[in-house]
Amino acid sequence: MSHWIIAPVVLPAVLGPLIVLLMRNDLTLQRVFSLAGTLALLAISVALLAAASSAGPEVYLLGNWPAPFGIVLVLDRLSALLVLLTAMLAVAVLLYVIGTGWDARGRHFHALFQFQLMGICGAFLTGDAFNLFVFFEVLLIASYGLMIHAGGGARLRAGVQYIAYNLAGSTLFLFALATVYSVTGTLNMADLSVKIAALPEGDAALIRVAGVLFLIVFAVKGALVPMQFWLPNTYALAPGPVAALFAVMTKVGAYAILRFFTLMFGPDVPATGTFYAEILYPAALLTLVVGMVGILGAKGLARLVAFAAIGSMGTLFLGMAPFSPQTTAAVLYYLVHSTLATAALFLIADMVLERRGTDTLAAPRPPIPQNGLIAALFFAGAIAIAGLPPLSGFVGKLLILDALRNTGPYVLAWSAILITSLIAVAGLARAGSLLFWKAYESPPEPVPHDIPPPARALPFVAVGLLLAGLVAMTVLAGPIMGWMEETAAQVHDPRPWIDAHALPQEEE
Amino acid sequence: MEILVASAIGVITMTGIYLVLRLRAFPMVLGMSLLTYAVNLFIFASGRLSIDMPPILSPDGAAYVDPLPQALVLTSIVISFGMTAVMVMMALGAFLETGHDRIDMTGPQEDEQ
Repeated sequence: MSHWIIAPVVLPAVLGPLIVLLMRNDLTLQRVFSLAGTLALLAISVALLAAASSAGPEVYLLGNWPAPFGIVLVLDRLSALLVLLTAMLAVAVLLYVIGTGWDARGRHFHALFQFQLMGICGAFLTGDAFNLFVFFEVLLIASYGLMIHAGGGARLRAGVQYIAYNLAGSTLFLFALATVYSVTGTLNMADLSVKIAALPEGDAALIRVAGVLFLIVFAVKGALVPMQFWLPNTYALAPGPVAALFAVMTKVGAYAILRFFTLMFGPDVPATGTFYAEILYPAALLTLVVGMVGILGAKGLARLVAFAAIGSMGTLFLGMAPFSPQTTAAVLYYLVHSTLATAALFLIADMVLERRGTDTLAAPRPPIPQNGLIAALFFAGAIAIAGLPPLSGFVGKLLILDALRNTGPYVLAWSAILITSLIAVAGLARAGSLLFWKAYESPPEPVPHDIPPPARALPFVAVGLLLAGLVAMTVLAGPIMGWMEETAAQVHDPRPWIDAHALPQEEE
Repeated sequence: MEILVASAIGVITMTGIYLVLRLRAFPMVLGMSLLTYAVNLFIFASGRLSIDMPPILSPDGAAYVDPLPQALVLTSIVISFGMTAVMVMMALGAFLETGHDRIDMTGPQEDEQ
């Protein structure tokens, strides 16, 4: 049993308190340790990914208690992939934060950042439903702090909204967990999978209620319509790099839906069947439309990117709805792509905001410093998120379209994806031309609104890293897709996952 | 007893949801607290209702009550307590910064950043 499985949780969990207790007053020291810790996390997650792809699911027993009684962490390809994605994103965001000095605008950024990483990695790795709730709360409570970093009235008010929405979601999560426990008497995910499959007919109604509650809770996290209302304000008003890190938080919801509804409420379970797929499909269509139309109507650049994030979640859930291995492989590819692309766009939006003083799309303003370079970055990011060739968004959408074609009626889903892509292209083109092009037509301001900050290389390196990730995903699409297909096959075959727990056989 | 507990949970949840929907900071904090009380009772009830039984196995094999929901309730109480504290602080900060305690964000102040 490899102890490295718990490292992505323990490392940030140790580093966070160390930063807050010992390095409180020394920003340089905080930066060094935070960056070193995140790089170490990246190295660990690469090693975990290598371990997960060469062997089957591996279970880590916390405190060495046997499986259904103690809490377990489980490493399989899916969780290793998402932990790696989190670590990659964290490194880029951290470089950007250090480069722009966002961490100096408020206190305790790095400690909260580490706690956030701990919560996200824990949520991806845990094999216990209640423990998933606990990690959700860890990542949420850190995100509350990060979201209102550097303060401001509007940001604080959006923060209160965000907390209220997610607290209500957590309450629902607890209701769902209690319902599941009262029916099955366990909260270990592998044990639940076995118990739910063997449930007598009379208990089917209760477990169905629990299934729908879980779907609602994860839909809140994944910003699935009609649970998306918290996202635009939160992402648009959060500090840019924090919003970029939050790009992976919606994916926690997507991950949880994929895990729960393949492992526990699979399509061959008599008690639940495929009813949640029938719920997910129309909701995903609506999410897609709301997000992409929002791009066209957004009044600010950050809000535009927030709606793009909703739209990409719609595409993702639309691909996920059939719950077949082929679509899941495409969805996983798109998931990695959309996380990187959304994060890059949030960082670019923050660059524009920093130089322009406002990110409003209502009227052109004079050109910003480094206009050409930032325009080029925005152009690349917009191409990626809208799904135009040559970047990975195109490959991802093509894979999802192709996979949907083979899993039943596809006309509605195809037209939704294609038409909304066109709307997104129009919205992004409008924003880009207004921000970077028409800037030259507007009269220069008599006094610059702000002294332009000296050009620093590190923020551009951070955005460049994310975009380089997208390019690498495009170039290596073949091998990556091969790996994703094996991952999807593993996700849809929960038997080895359950067997790895070595559950005791029922004595009755 | 089932009816008593079930209706108590129902009434508390109802009151909590009503208060949350008032869209002002203080009623919302109260409503969220009530919702968490309701869910704590609900978790407690998920281990089946029973009176006068210890939550541990005894050597003589006497009846016992499921101890796990009690542990879960402890966790959930601690977490909801912390979350309520965070929310009170944020609501207070928002109130002091903006001068009002409305939760919904419509109107011109939405565009300031």
